[in-house]
Formats: sequence, C-alpha cells, structure tokens
Amino acid sequence: MTKIKSLADLKKMKQELQSQVSLREKSDTPEGRVMVRVGMGTSGIASGAKQIMEFLIDEMDKRNVDAIVSQTGDMGYSYAEPTVEVTLPGQEPIVFGDVDQKKADDIIEKYIKNGELLDGIIPANYETIDKNKS
Amino acid sequence: MAKYKMHMLVCGGTGCHASDSDMLFENLKKEVQDNNLENDVQVIATGCFGFCEKGPIVKVIPDNTFYVQVTPNDAKEIVAEHAIKGRAVKRLLYTDPVKKEQIPDSKHMGFYKKQLRIALRNCGMIDPENINEYLAADGYEAMGKVLLEMTPEETIKEVMDSGLRGRGGGGFPTGLKWQIASKNHADQKYVVCNADEGDPGAFMDRSILEGDPHSVLEAMVINGYCIAATKGLIYIRAEYPLAIHRLKIAIDQAREYGLLGKDILGSGFDFDVEIRYGAGAFVCGEETALIHSMEGERGEPTFKPPFPAQSGYQGKPTNVNNVETYANIPVIITKGAKWFASIGTEKSKGTKVFALAGKINNVGLIEVPMGITLREVIFEIGGGIQGGKKFKAVQTGGPSGGCLTEKHLDTPIDFDNLLAVGSMMGSGGMIVMDEDDCMVAVAKFYLEFTVEESCGKCSPCRIGNKRLHEQLDIISKGNATEKDLDNLKNLSNVIKDTSLCGLGQTSPNPVLSTMENFWDEYLAHVNEKRCPSGVCKDLIRYEVIAENCVGCTACARNCPVNCIAGERKQVHIIDQSLCIKCGACLEKCKFNAIAVI
Repeated sequence: MTKIKSLADLKKMKQELQSQVSLREKSDTPEGRVMVRVGMGTSGIASGAKQIMEFLIDEMDKRNVDAIVSQTGDMGYSYAEPTVEVTLPGQEPIVFGDVDQKKADDIIEKYIKNGELLDGIIPANYETIDKNKS
Repeated sequence: MAKYKMHMLVCGGTGCHASDSDMLFENLKKEVQDNNLENDVQVIATGCFGFCEKGPIVKVIPDNTFYVQVTPNDAKEIVAEHAIKGRAVKRLLYTDPVKKEQIPDSKHMGFYKKQLRIALRNCGMIDPENINEYLAADGYEAMGKVLLEMTPEETIKEVMDSGLRGRGGGGFPTGLKWQIASKNHADQKYVVCNADEGDPGAFMDRSILEGDPHSVLEAMVINGYCIAATKGLIYIRAEYPLAIHRLKIAIDQAREYGLLGKDILGSGFDFDVEIRYGAGAFVCGEETALIHSMEGERGEPTFKPPFPAQSGYQGKPTNVNNVETYANIPVIITKGAKWFASIGTEKSKGTKVFALAGKINNVGLIEVPMGITLREVIFEIGGGIQGGKKFKAVQTGGPSGGCLTEKHLDTPIDFDNLLAVGSMMGSGGMIVMDEDDCMVAVAKFYLEFTVEESCGKCSPCRIGNKRLHEQLDIISKGNATEKDLDNLKNLSNVIKDTSLCGLGQTSPNPVLSTMENFWDEYLAHVNEKRCPSGVCKDLIRYEVIAENCVGCTACARNCPVNCIAGERKQVHIIDQSLCIKCGACLEKCKFNAIAVI
C-alpha cells in the first residue's frame, strides 16, 4: 500500500473509493452487484454468523449468484442474531434476522434471485447522520 | 416464477400482534388472492417496527407508504386502493403530532429520529477490517482537517463548544479535560483510550471497537495533536478477543497508509498507538487504577489530585477518554460543534448508546439523542416487556447506578436528570426488570459483583460492601428485623462518603435506590417473611395444586433431588424437607398445577 501523504491525497482517495462503492451499490444495471453484509460482532459470531457467512459464500458460488459478501460490525439487533443485510442493485438494504442455514438458503433463492421478501425482516428504526452536510 | 412489484410489510412484533396484526395479515393475503394479485403483491410479516404506540403498522414498498393503526377491516381498502389503483389510503397515514400534517412515507417521519446513530454511524455499515471502507465513509477526514487546518486551541474550543461529556459514566466535559491536559507541559505526554468496559450487561464499547475501530484511532490522533502527546495507548480487557483482533488490523492498516506514525499527512505531527491488555477487573475502569495497571502495578486507584492530566502514565500528563467519547469526536470536527450542540438537552449534548438487556423484547444496542424518555426507549424502541408482563424497574449505570421505576418513565434521560432521581447515566447498560424480579435479590446481585470486584485497598469498600452483602443475605432469608434495614441504610451512606474511588462511592447505590423505591418489598421480607415476587428461595415453597394435577409424572421425572412422589394419574406431593427450590417442576408442568407460595 502506498502512503497517503497529504490531505489532498486523502480526499482524492476517498472520492475514488466512494465512486467504486456507489457503482457497486446504486447502479440498477445488470453490472450492479448484490451486496451481502453479515453482522459479525461477538454476539453475531456466538450465534453462528461465521457459519452463515461461509454458507452464503459457498452456496452463491455454487449457484452462480454474483454477489459480494462482506462482514460488518454489530448492527444492534442482538435479539435477532445472526443478522444479514442484503442490498439488491438500486434498492434499499433489507435486514434479515435470526438467519439459520434454511433462512440463508431462502435469502439466496427467494430474495436475491426473485426479489421475494421473507417473513421476519427487521425494519430499520434509526436515523444516521448525513456526513457530508453540516 | 413470481416477480413481485409490491411488498406489504405487516408488523409482527408483540405490540402489533396484541392488536390483531395477525388477522390483518391474513385478510391482506386473502384480498390479494381474491384480486388475483398473488404474483404481483407479496404480503409478509416483519419484526417490530418499534412504533408500537401506533400499531398495527403496514409499510408498503417500493413507495415506503407507512400506515398506522390499521385494523383487519382495512385490508380490503388497502388492496383495492393502493395495490390496484395505486393511491395511498389517506385516512390511515401517520399524522405528525406537531405539524398536524399527514406524512406519506416513512422517511419523513419524526419517529425515525428516536434513534440517531452518531457514535455507531459505521457499526453494521462498513467492514471493520478494511480501512478503505472507513475512508469511503469520510474516515480520517476530521483528522486531516485538524492536523492541517486547525490549531490545537481551535480544536479544543470546538470540542468544548460541542458540549460533549465523557461517555464512560462520569460525564466530565471532554473539551475541558483536553484543555487541562494541554496546559501541563512535559517532554512526553500520553493519550489513553479506556476500553475496560466492565458493567454487567454492557457492550457498547465492544461493539464500537468491533464495528468501527478506525473512528477511535482517528479521534486519538486528534486528541494527541490537541494536548501535544505523541503516544496513544488503548487499555482493553483481554476478554474482548475480537475487538483486540480488529484493533490490531486497524492499527496495522493505518500505519501502512501513513495515517499513524511519523509526519502524518505531511503535517509534521507524529503519533502512534499501542494496545495494553487488562485482566478484566472492574476497578481498572477508574482512570488512576487503569494507569497503574498499564504500568505493570496492581490495578488499584490512588487519591486524586494529582489528576492524570498532571501526573498520569509514567508520571507524565495523560488524558484518558472512553471509547464512545472518542467515537463522537471525528463527527464533531467534520460537522461542527454547533451541529452537535443542537442535539440533546441543555446540559447533555449529543446522543448516548445504550445496551438494552433483561426482560425486554428487543434486546440490543441503541443510540438515542439525550433527552429521550425511558418510556420511549423501553416501550417503543425496545418493543416492551417480554411476555406482556408488567414493567417494574430499569437499572441504569450498572452496579454503580440505581433503579428507576414507573414514576420515572417520562423523565428525559440525561446526565443530570438521572443523578437527580438517584441513579446515573453510567456507561450505558440498561437492565429492564419485570414483575417477577425481586428487588432485594437485584440489590444482592449487584453487591455480589462489587464485593468480588473491590480491589481491597480501602476499608470502607473492602469491608463495608461485604457487610452490606451479608445484611442483604439475611433479609433475603427472612431473618432480619426493621432495625437491620436502618443499619443497612446507614452503612450504605458511610461507604458512599468514605471510599477512595468511584467503585466504593457508588456501590451502595443499588441498595439505596431499591430501598427508596421498593420499601414495601423490603418490609415484606422483614416483617412478613415473604418474597412478593417469589424469588428468594428461603421464603418461598413450591406446592402442587391438587385440582389441576393430572398425575402426568413430568414434575417427578424432572426433579433433580427426587422429592416429588405420586402414582401415575394421582395427585403428586412435594416433600418440602428435601426440595431445593430449583423450579424445574414449575417449568415442566403443563397443567398449571405447581404454584409458588
């Protein structure tokens, strides 16, 4: 990795990274890819998030589903761990709670492939800050 | 295969369920089928929306229409109007209580402002092991701004103006702390991050470090620049292996990018961070004890002054802040002190992260603006009490805090209000108790914890808390008199007044506040030798209710001490002399034939 040497470098790098992310997440074109995030805080892992993440990676690979699976921290829904957030291209993220292997399978087959929602999704009930505006 | 054009989300949370959301769900499904829309519209049940007050809730996507107080009879209209004709059913929309306007979609609802994520802004959003995701989320921008465009004085003023107060529990103004540390000159100064989260049931700091470690590193660099310290130390308990793992990755990645180390961003400022491990002692959350532990000494507090800002780690000026405090700093810099100070109450600005635990439906981590009421936290965001039971109390501030009851439900939560009602903010643990919890047992539980965690340096804490615990034990066994209750109160006050550090000064709080709020319960234990909640083992007994018992033998088979006798299909009997009161029979009985007396 190269060192970031000035504030201008930092800002340039941020912009590049942001455009990569938005290209990946927001485009509604076939190139837009599905983003899957697995909540991997201690409580998530203790309830089996690691196995779910491995299952999702393996199965989507086998079933030729083009998706990016990554880990993230605690989403705050401890009562419903493991939690998995799926963002289909051009759509709002959806959070699935209490994901076991069967549910992970449903997420791939029903939601990712068909846009069909599953019972028990967790509605987002918070607001986050708009970082760019002051 | 069906490719749905519309989804109707029906809240299946406990609150909405109680007001017939299941029937509404069935009716919507039926209407969709009757109109041959089952391939276009999907009706699904969701988890709690956290808006139970206005339930049942139906949300329609993609247009995010948000219907409130929907009855099963409204299903027909929703399908006919919204699904078929594409018009929202106006009378079911949420009306803003202040502006008196109907709000068509959930994004504009004030309700969603109940939770505001500042410290948790990236938790659950970015990959904590990838610095690029943090950079894409404006990471290290605040640090760049401070190092290259602001002076230390300007930065400290910004933090002071924001009104940020220490999130570890004490609530000391962060900017002031920085200012004091900046004015003490020395050849070497230190910045310390306190990640020794020790309250039972609290996991705010752990979640921040696991979900967004870079935000803490960034804030530590800013802190270092402000007080002219070039070394940062993170004191974290070894019981947090995942947080440590992710912190290490974060530190390595930041070093590789040159965001930690020499001449950061060409500013000429050097700063680096190291991790120090604690063995998980509660007292090491106290800053002097924490510093001694880092120096390799016993984790015992020392008298203040001198404050760490004068003489801390290795005798040098040291600034200690909590993880959550640090997580707020980068946003204060990028968005400005004025913005931050506009959130919260007069003397407590910003938000607070709470770990909701105990008998509450939505156990988890929440971040709310200061000034929100307990009622909103417990009944709306938390989804109410498990099993529809009655709310009894909530303990804030862990073993140092006190319990709040029904009469405090509408008190706005901030540092000063909580102190005024005999509790404290603490680091943010919130343990909710229902009608089945005995307050004497709760006080005893916390005392057990403090007795265990007392470092033993000063006698009021070492001996006094042990005596308090013994007294509570006597009360819970039904062997106490009213005079013992007076003694309990007096001893509590003496310990509070004479202990060396915060641990002893606050450890009698659970006793005092439960006595204050649940005096009747203490009296019942003392005078009537009765535990009203049926918890204290020595004051209760399990009995078989003869008319309900069918003789299924489930209780007898599960009794670990074989003290239940009875033939099949005959009424069973519990031998009280052998019973250990484990409650296994009560749990296994399907016929409500076991009672706690």
